[in-house]
Amino acid sequence: MDLFLQTLVSGLLKGGLYAVIGIGMTLIMGVMGIINLAHGQMMMVSMYITYSLFAYAGVDPYVSLLVSVPAIFTLGLFIQQRLLNPLLRAETILPENQVLMTVGVGMVLTEIMRFIFTSDYKSVRTSYSSSTFFVGNISFSVPLTIDFLIAILMTAALFLFLIKTDLGRSVRATAQDKEAAVLMGVDSERITYITFGIGSALVAAAGTLLIPVFYLYPDIGGPFTRKAFVICILGGLGSAVGAIFGGVTLGLAEAFGATYAGMEFEDIIGLVIFLLVLLFLPGGFKRITKV
Amino acid sequence: MLKVDGVDVFYGDMQVLWEVSLTVGDAEIVALLGSNGAGKSTTIKTVSGLLKPQAGQIEFDGVRLDQIPANRIIHNGIAHVPEGRRLFTEMTVEENLIMGSLRPEAKRARTETMGWVYDLFPRLRERRKQPAGTLSGGEQQMAAIGRGLMAKPKLLLLDEPSLGLSPLLAMEIFRIVKVINDAGVAVLLVEQNVKRSLAICHRAYVLENGRMTLSGTGAELSANEKVKEAYLGI
Repeated sequence: MDLFLQTLVSGLLKGGLYAVIGIGMTLIMGVMGIINLAHGQMMMVSMYITYSLFAYAGVDPYVSLLVSVPAIFTLGLFIQQRLLNPLLRAETILPENQVLMTVGVGMVLTEIMRFIFTSDYKSVRTSYSSSTFFVGNISFSVPLTIDFLIAILMTAALFLFLIKTDLGRSVRATAQDKEAAVLMGVDSERITYITFGIGSALVAAAGTLLIPVFYLYPDIGGPFTRKAFVICILGGLGSAVGAIFGGVTLGLAEAFGATYAGMEFEDIIGLVIFLLVLLFLPGGFKRITKV
Repeated sequence: MLKVDGVDVFYGDMQVLWEVSLTVGDAEIVALLGSNGAGKSTTIKTVSGLLKPQAGQIEFDGVRLDQIPANRIIHNGIAHVPEGRRLFTEMTVEENLIMGSLRPEAKRARTETMGWVYDLFPRLRERRKQPAGTLSGGEQQMAAIGRGLMAKPKLLLLDEPSLGLSPLLAMEIFRIVKVINDAGVAVLLVEQNVKRSLAICHRAYVLENGRMTLSGTGAELSANEKVKEAYLGI
């Protein structure tokens, strides 16, 4: 029973961060109608920013959020405004080719980081990296618990932004009917890069939060892009609420897979769920939650 | 107030409007009539900037509309209620109305205008917390018109507001158009229901195959033999 609860707790804690990663991708997908296949790579860059600040200036990872999040937000703005939107203006290029551009962006980011930091594994070990506290017989990792709380705060802030502000409403309106939003006076192009910036900022925050518990290397972006994609499919494309469910589901699935089937099955479990959802619940959790 | 002058519009290589001209004066209801595919919606979309003319010009209170992007048109006081409603279906009725009042002049008067819209359409007040996609067709049309009014427009472009509604609801919509106009808002009305449109409009234009063929007051056109035969079935 303790093992079960322990697995549940670690799955939930990880799922909270996965939700943040997934929401970032699903926002971009909702507004632009494309999958950002550089999503995990943006996270990887954020992790290297955090690593550098820690290794060379001794900045605590939680403090470096204040640097990595704005930096990746700006990088996201730049990518959408300078690299993706120009593709839409050329009539001979299909809008879908924005996706190919994101693949290219992902590769470039990976190789730049490899050039600077080499392929060696890096890690950020803080005094609290492996500290835990106990509730009953269940142990909670201190950094993952703090990360989980920050993830909840960020998600709540994002939902407040989307629901309560004119800019947030414009983001949702553009995702639902772009032409109608333009008629309401929304500058849809500006909305696209603000959304890409916000999506990138979310994944950047997740990267910075995860670094005390992960090893860092340039190719870590790819697996996280895949995870984000799985979460989006689980949640239903473009659904932020769905992405929360998708993230938690994936976190739990990986935890239970690792505990009861063996560590080597951790990644397979997520992809199996991905296939099952595609086969039996196309449309994902959005079909159930309706938002 | 609105002056469309000799406008040519293309979809890709295909020309759909030829030298279309029309005017709408202050607080006037002008109907734009014609059969399916005559270019009525194209004309209205060109006014609201979704399509750009290849020739001719569009002027509104001295501003060249054909030279500014579509999302700036509403800032000049023109609200477009598109064909098929085009509500933000996953947002509530109230959020849809809020989306109509983004321009600064309208944003300042948001609560006040919303009260007026709810008075015009009491059903919307009852359903304000409901997602717009769950409304009936008639209620959706009311929400779409309400969203347009939230911009506090000087000119309201209405594209097929009675399409797909029961005769009773359609009559209600025409009544509302009159009420809106009495409040001082000019209306450019695109309609398939020629008889009702001619009854409420001050002036009307007839489009055929992308060209303006007739124009006159509502009474004049109602009496016109060609209009009677082609559109009124008399």
